[in-house]
Amino acid sequence: MKSYGYYPGCSVKSSSKSYEKSLLLVMKSVGAKLKEIDDWNCCGATAYFGTDEKMAKAIASRNLSLAEQQKMDDLIIPCTGCYLTLKKSQEHLKEHKDDNIRAALDEAGLKGGDKVALRHPIDVLYNDFGVEQIKSLVKKPLKGWKIASYYGCQLVRPYSDVDHPYYPHILDDLMVSCGAEAVDYPYKTRCCGGALTGTVEDVGLRLVYILLAEMRNRGANCVVTMCPLCHFNLDVYQSKVIKKFGDEYEKSFSKKFEPLPILHFTQVIGLAMGYKYSELGIKEVMVEPKALLKAI
Amino acid sequence: MEFARTVKYEAELNKSFYKEVVESSGCDKVLECIQCGTCSSTCPVSLYMDYTPRKLMAMIKAGFEEDALKSKTVWICSSCYSCTVMCPSQIKITDVMYALKRMAIEKGYYPKSMPTPVLAKEMNNIISKRGRNSEMYVASMMVLKTNPFGMFKMAPVGLALFKKRRLHIGMEKIKNTKQIKKLLSGLKKREAK
Repeated sequence: MKSYGYYPGCSVKSSSKSYEKSLLLVMKSVGAKLKEIDDWNCCGATAYFGTDEKMAKAIASRNLSLAEQQKMDDLIIPCTGCYLTLKKSQEHLKEHKDDNIRAALDEAGLKGGDKVALRHPIDVLYNDFGVEQIKSLVKKPLKGWKIASYYGCQLVRPYSDVDHPYYPHILDDLMVSCGAEAVDYPYKTRCCGGALTGTVEDVGLRLVYILLAEMRNRGANCVVTMCPLCHFNLDVYQSKVIKKFGDEYEKSFSKKFEPLPILHFTQVIGLAMGYKYSELGIKEVMVEPKALLKAI
Repeated sequence: MEFARTVKYEAELNKSFYKEVVESSGCDKVLECIQCGTCSSTCPVSLYMDYTPRKLMAMIKAGFEEDALKSKTVWICSSCYSCTVMCPSQIKITDVMYALKRMAIEKGYYPKSMPTPVLAKEMNNIISKRGRNSEMYVASMMVLKTNPFGMFKMAPVGLALFKKRRLHIGMEKIKNTKQIKKLLSGLKKREAK
């Protein structure tokens, strides 16, 4: 058993609970023990940086200090938005040993925070446990699953130490180890629209359309994501996208724009490991992969 | 027929605007822009912007303060960091966008129809007070404050989430809200000095 700290973030506690459910099961299977940070707070996301950058870094850094106070060496962060925000704040702490943020943190009893290693679950699964171990745990190989792995932006950019910022492969490798076929396409790290689907909807929906159309055209019958916001945009807005761009798609490619099942990557690994549909919260995604299930 | 001048006279520019930008966090290399346009071509949303990122960099250098801060560009940026990774001059363009956002809010220049600043403010408020964000609350406040009729447009998404048991209405709160208060007020005091 290897122990890890765990920073869930707000999304997996509200609209993406199934991501957390499946993550915890997969981590348990490989032998990773997760301990949630006691009293963690919201990372502030991208919004806080747009209004007050120092406050944003301070508020995010509180979590890093708490993690170290609670004796965590590695911190698993499933949301790539949180991942980037915490990473950016930690870079600041590393570079500024005596500025106002540091002083204010110390004053509030929040020492340290610059040492804890920040990790996305994909990094932990791939680098600490490895493709071979995942493969050895597969009970139901995903036969017939043609998976487009979607990485999104914040995990590989700008801190691209996990994978390549434009041509990543680790999620594809994990999917292959589960018995699925990896679909290659050029937009693996193209923006999903982020918060734009909520703020400037026309632009946001167009970005989601570009991704879904490309994945479809390359032959994918399923999509996996590694970020609750990417998942939300592709999954929840898919019906709106089809309504808006369905005709355009039909005209351009002379076929119907069929909806794709969009799953959290841990749900797919969990299925291959033999966990039940309901345990993994797959009922909570908008387009369920019912036809694909029959194949395994 | 009247002819309007669309280009500014030099006297109307703020020639020292770039200094303000350079001093912001992550913006120290902004003057090293070589106008290659890599940022604009790699940006997935540049085609929706009134000024592309490349143009914006030139405007900062030349002193087009008002135009830069009033532009919709910074609010359309989704901070995907593609430009930052690609820039041959290593300019952290995403951070420059963040700096311009903050300046636009500070100076009251942001376009009133853009919901993004409202969303940001609501989120900050709730996080400072409770330590946690509430997706539902923040999204509703944003729509109500910028375009109340937008609530009808939001309804189908809400309903779909509700059916899938993903609509989370509760408001979370951390135990030690006092610590966040102390942290933020302490930082504010130091920054004011």
